[in-house]
Amino acid sequence: MSAVADKVGMTRRRFLIAGSGVAGSLVLGLPAFAGAPLDSDRLIGFFVQIETDGSVIIGSNQPEIGQGVRTALPMLVAEELDVDWSMVSVRQMPLGIVKTADGYDWKYGVQGVGGSTGLTENFDHMRQVGRTARGQLIKAAAKRLGVPEEQCSTRPGVVICSALGTEIPYGELVSEASRLPLPAESPALKSIDDYRIVGSRQKTIDARDIVTGKTRYGVDTVAAEMRYAVIARAPVLNATVRSFDDRDARKVAGVLDVFEIKGPELDAPYLILASGVAVVATSTWAAMQGRDALTIEWNESPNANDNSQAFWRENENALKEKGQVVLDDGDFDAAMESAEKVVVRQYRVPFVSHAPLEPQNCYAFVEEDRCHIIAPTQSPSGSSRSAAAVTGLPRENIRVDMTRVGGGFGRRLTTDYVAEAAMVSKHTGWPIKLQWSREDDVKNDFYRPGGLHEMHAGVNGNGEITAWAQRLASASKYYRRPDMPDENLFGAELYVDDFPRRIIDNVRMEYFHNTIGLPRGSWRAPAHTANAFVIQSFLDEVAYETGQDSLQLRLKLLGEDRELEYGGHGGETFNPGRLSRLLTFVAEQIGYGQKLQQGRGIGIATHCTFGGYAAHAMEVTVADGKLRIERIVAAIDCGLAVHPNAVEAQLQGGTIDGISTALGLEITVENGQVQQSNFHDYPLAKIAAIPALFESHILPYDDKPTGVGEMGIPSAAPALTNAIFAATGIRIRSLPIAEQLES
Amino acid sequence: MTNFTINTKSVSFDGDENTPLLWVIRDALNMTGTKFGCGIGQCGACTVHIDGRARRSCITPVSTVDGQTITTIEGLAAPDGELHPVQQAWLEHDVPQCGYCQAGQIMATVDFLKRYPKPSDEDIDNNMTNICRCGTYVRIRKAIHRAAELNAPGEDS
Repeated sequence: MSAVADKVGMTRRRFLIAGSGVAGSLVLGLPAFAGAPLDSDRLIGFFVQIETDGSVIIGSNQPEIGQGVRTALPMLVAEELDVDWSMVSVRQMPLGIVKTADGYDWKYGVQGVGGSTGLTENFDHMRQVGRTARGQLIKAAAKRLGVPEEQCSTRPGVVICSALGTEIPYGELVSEASRLPLPAESPALKSIDDYRIVGSRQKTIDARDIVTGKTRYGVDTVAAEMRYAVIARAPVLNATVRSFDDRDARKVAGVLDVFEIKGPELDAPYLILASGVAVVATSTWAAMQGRDALTIEWNESPNANDNSQAFWRENENALKEKGQVVLDDGDFDAAMESAEKVVVRQYRVPFVSHAPLEPQNCYAFVEEDRCHIIAPTQSPSGSSRSAAAVTGLPRENIRVDMTRVGGGFGRRLTTDYVAEAAMVSKHTGWPIKLQWSREDDVKNDFYRPGGLHEMHAGVNGNGEITAWAQRLASASKYYRRPDMPDENLFGAELYVDDFPRRIIDNVRMEYFHNTIGLPRGSWRAPAHTANAFVIQSFLDEVAYETGQDSLQLRLKLLGEDRELEYGGHGGETFNPGRLSRLLTFVAEQIGYGQKLQQGRGIGIATHCTFGGYAAHAMEVTVADGKLRIERIVAAIDCGLAVHPNAVEAQLQGGTIDGISTALGLEITVENGQVQQSNFHDYPLAKIAAIPALFESHILPYDDKPTGVGEMGIPSAAPALTNAIFAATGIRIRSLPIAEQLES
Repeated sequence: MTNFTINTKSVSFDGDENTPLLWVIRDALNMTGTKFGCGIGQCGACTVHIDGRARRSCITPVSTVDGQTITTIEGLAAPDGELHPVQQAWLEHDVPQCGYCQAGQIMATVDFLKRYPKPSDEDIDNNMTNICRCGTYVRIRKAIHRAAELNAPGEDS
């Protein structure tokens, strides 16, 4: 999920380059650029508003999915603007789309969160916004006082001119500052040593609204004349509507309209996922009752015989053949030939669903010449594109507002539910709130792809791994993508520059693409979740098979600090020494190496995810087939922790996501139908699964922040299963763990 | 016609009496603090208090609350705006990530602490069954203990 930038738009980098010479104007959001004046003379650019009482309202351009950007990005602005954090409140900005001669541009910068880029992609931009606005306030003060700018400086919320002994609060300067010409370039940014807000523990800016029930999520949208809609979706993957009888549905009190929604052509790029029948009513419940009363005949689907068991058998068979070699460093075959010991293992990673707690929903009001979308989305530009495709309206006539989002996890990078809402509104002419049920959500997801991995290691007489292979048979995440040749499908599942490339000399990766009707998509830390489990489990097995200590084997491979070339998302380099440091730290914290009683064990794992580094150590007991996690030590190295409170929260949440998924989650298909439907058969972990002894550590590294939203997941599952092995001798090679310990 | 009291206000609902209380609260009363998560009483995002006990409103037909008193997250703080100790503890530990489940978590905790005023971790494990998809459980646990310290009065305000 690296590329969240709108295809027709520009990446953040190009955005700034395009504005070179007028960069200061651009980072502030130049009114002329938007073709419209700013709403208020209290605004300096689009992002910074200062009231007469000195309170500051900072615009947040990114979707808040729980990762903390709505606090972290304004922290960056406030730091450079030089205001007290207690004076700051935050305003959510809509999608800033602007028509240009050759397409569209983004007046608030590129908007969208995925791939843990929400902070990193805006780190410079938001600091420049704050710094430039501060510069304008200084200029306004200098002009008013008749002194050179150099004689003015600031303390929080105030411009000071020490030569005159004068102070002017920002609130009195903002109106003048807003009219001054913008500088060609952003003023020099603050030194990191002078940060007061960034890097300090600030609380979630919206927490009070959340705990009092005031926060509005997508699901909470209420508008005048709004109607409520649900859609009955095909129960079999890719089935289409043959006919439907809506007589009973229309008898349900409150039901206003019933009509067919056409799904995509088979194997074509999708706008929405499934064919169905929409029911529109005066309340959500009436619409749901109407849907229950429908009788729908479905056409036979080409996926009617899809079956998970067959899919896994196909993967097993595929691995017996030779696949597409996607990486072949050194001479793998020769190294295996000369190896003292060879270890081969297979690991199975299942399909899983995102299951954000707020089911998909969207408000859409399509009128003749315009459209309004209010959506819980990770991709406001994708939402705009979807609405444009449905309505045929020019995108500049589509307003996209984003609400706080009740969990993202990658699901809301896809905007099928936005397209559906627009379809229903267009058909009826009414403002519509489309609501998915939990069953809709579990059964109509873009799942994390399942795959069967086969690992090979050749070990020499010194216990060194000299040859390494990962062979993967899976259904690629690149699902129904336009312009996606088959030979590139592996790229979403095998990240060739990950560990151990450039550490072990002879490395081969092979891919076998399998097909199944289950849609696939980006699931938090996409292929890192699978690959970290596989690699970190296999290292444990190699250590065990060659009589080595698991930690020492890893540390020998990871070694000291050094920058290895890394071409994938999160590059341009990978420093395995940062993993050494984290792994050593968590091992020490948990007391790795101590003698434990029977049935008790410690496991460790570490992984670099999209440029951020994390490690886990877990201690478990297994008694009578029952697993209990006793203690967790989690550590992250995200370079500079801009918003440490959220870094810690993401580390905890990612760890728990990893554990929850490993413990019990799997999506399966029989006869083309997803077998799971709700939380009784897709059992997300509850608090009892997570021990009170849970330590989260942030290990600072440098002054460059990495993302943090995904880094806490990948090493959690293998640390857990390695601990289970240490406790019991039972090696978990197939996820989820489920009842495997009971037999 | 179903009549009940919600956050000290008397209301009546004349629609389908099988309508889950959740949808009456959300769509008819337009009070959106109580969330829809699963519709089958599994996740607890819809937790409200009915006559002081935590209940999952998504599986509670509105007809069954006739004459009863409902408290939702919007009615938990004191009329003067002073937060309930559980809400205060949630802020102290900065529990929410996405925040979607937290109204339900808080409502469940308020009731739980009435029954277990000084809960052990095991009491929490055995009684707190609301789902948090973001995995805020570490902070939820700390906030529950903190709320117990703040001596949650144990009654709805």
